[in-house]
Amino acid sequence: MSDLLFDEPGPRARRRIRIATVAGAIVVLGVVALAVRQFAANGQLDADRWQPYATWPMWRYLLDGLAATALAAVVSAALAMAGGLALALGRLSRRRWIRLPSAAYVEVVRTVPALLLVYIVLFALPRYGLDLPLFWKLVVPLAVSNAAAFAEIFRAGILSVPRGQTEAGLAVGLTHGRTMRMIVLPQAARRVLPSMVSQSVGLLKDTSLGFVVSYAELLYSGKVLATYNGLLIQTYIIVALVYLVVNASLSKLARVLEARQPRRRLTRA
Amino acid sequence: MSAFLDHLPQFWQGLVVTLQLTAASFAGAAVVGLVITALRVSPVRVLRGIGTAYVETFQNLPLLVLLVLAVFGLPEIGVKAGLLETAIVVIALYEAAYLAEALRSGVNAVAAGQGEAARALGLTFSQSLRHVVLPQALRTVIQPIGNIFIALTMNTSLAAAVGVVELTATANRVNLLEAQPIPIFVGAGLAYALIAACAGFVTGRLERRLVMIR
Repeated sequence: MSDLLFDEPGPRARRRIRIATVAGAIVVLGVVALAVRQFAANGQLDADRWQPYATWPMWRYLLDGLAATALAAVVSAALAMAGGLALALGRLSRRRWIRLPSAAYVEVVRTVPALLLVYIVLFALPRYGLDLPLFWKLVVPLAVSNAAAFAEIFRAGILSVPRGQTEAGLAVGLTHGRTMRMIVLPQAARRVLPSMVSQSVGLLKDTSLGFVVSYAELLYSGKVLATYNGLLIQTYIIVALVYLVVNASLSKLARVLEARQPRRRLTRA
Repeated sequence: MSAFLDHLPQFWQGLVVTLQLTAASFAGAAVVGLVITALRVSPVRVLRGIGTAYVETFQNLPLLVLLVLAVFGLPEIGVKAGLLETAIVVIALYEAAYLAEALRSGVNAVAAGQGEAARALGLTFSQSLRHVVLPQALRTVIQPIGNIFIALTMNTSLAAAVGVVELTATANRVNLLEAQPIPIFVGAGLAYALIAACAGFVTGRLERRLVMIR
């Protein structure tokens, strides 16, 4: 909470705060009322349009989609993290022929939309005889684009470990590789954990590109379901809520990890 | 290469749409993001709650879900708007959450004495935010805002998935006609890289001009 911009309120300020509270509440209620009116006027609030989502088969279908989303997210996160670590180490390497290609990869991939990569895997690679299975058509582009993001996170983490740690490692006679592995990386890992979790939220959001690939993850399952039962708005709202719950929990985890950091940066409360 | 050159007018058209999407939604995101930031640092608890709920909601929903919901769902509740306009509004609302988060960290980075001094001079909450705190906050977050701009440019490509014919969709269509993926997709990728490079250049210049050394 930032209390930078105001003091303890006096009587007049308290009155103004009360007025603003009421005004804010009225605006929110107004927006909600408008939405409800639009839904009701078009018959989207009718009980029989929501009833199906009180039944198990609909939910089972969507939860199967969620499981596929989770699988795609976990596999592409694992690949992207491995690739990202290699790229981060490459970018910090003492050898130029490793450093330059790693830097180029990160800078190029950062500026190419994930959807373009998906289209390349979908439509360009098959022409050259590389027709991946559906699952990998989603996972490969996600891993390729997120590897660059993870690389930058890892590089920042490695650079945030004080230089003295590397120097001490070299001074006791460890090789460069061992210093990195035994001294620097374990400390960096602890620092980058929160950023890794929030980047994973981004990756999980990216798996919704399965909609384009027609891989049956959550959003595509929603599309199939909506075509089947004709409850378009209801289905997509439920899908959105599922995404919201899953991602909000992950974001919460990232904040908890951030708060547990031993020597976090002091921010004004 | 000829596949790319033969369809140059189409690519140009696609690039124009991408630039329209980017510029319009960034402008919208800037306005909404500023309002949300003001809500989140205000002394009114309800307004803070609204701001936080907004940021949490839009940061945790995939943009594609929002686009699909808006483009296919809004007509079902009687809201009819053009495809491009819908995409612009949705992308603006989505990126506003990220801008608001960046701006808030900028506000938190402004020294406490600045806000105290503004109040000591008798400035009201909105005056001190407008004249004292935000100008300083903006300078500390130029780089993050540049990164959000680049991410926004990449995200406009998702509009292709709901039927807006922008650069990515153009590349895909031309490829389906010509079946020469390499020049076509590399060309489209270069165009995106060019936009990102321009954004990086501008933020770099801005940062050197505006950053305050403390």
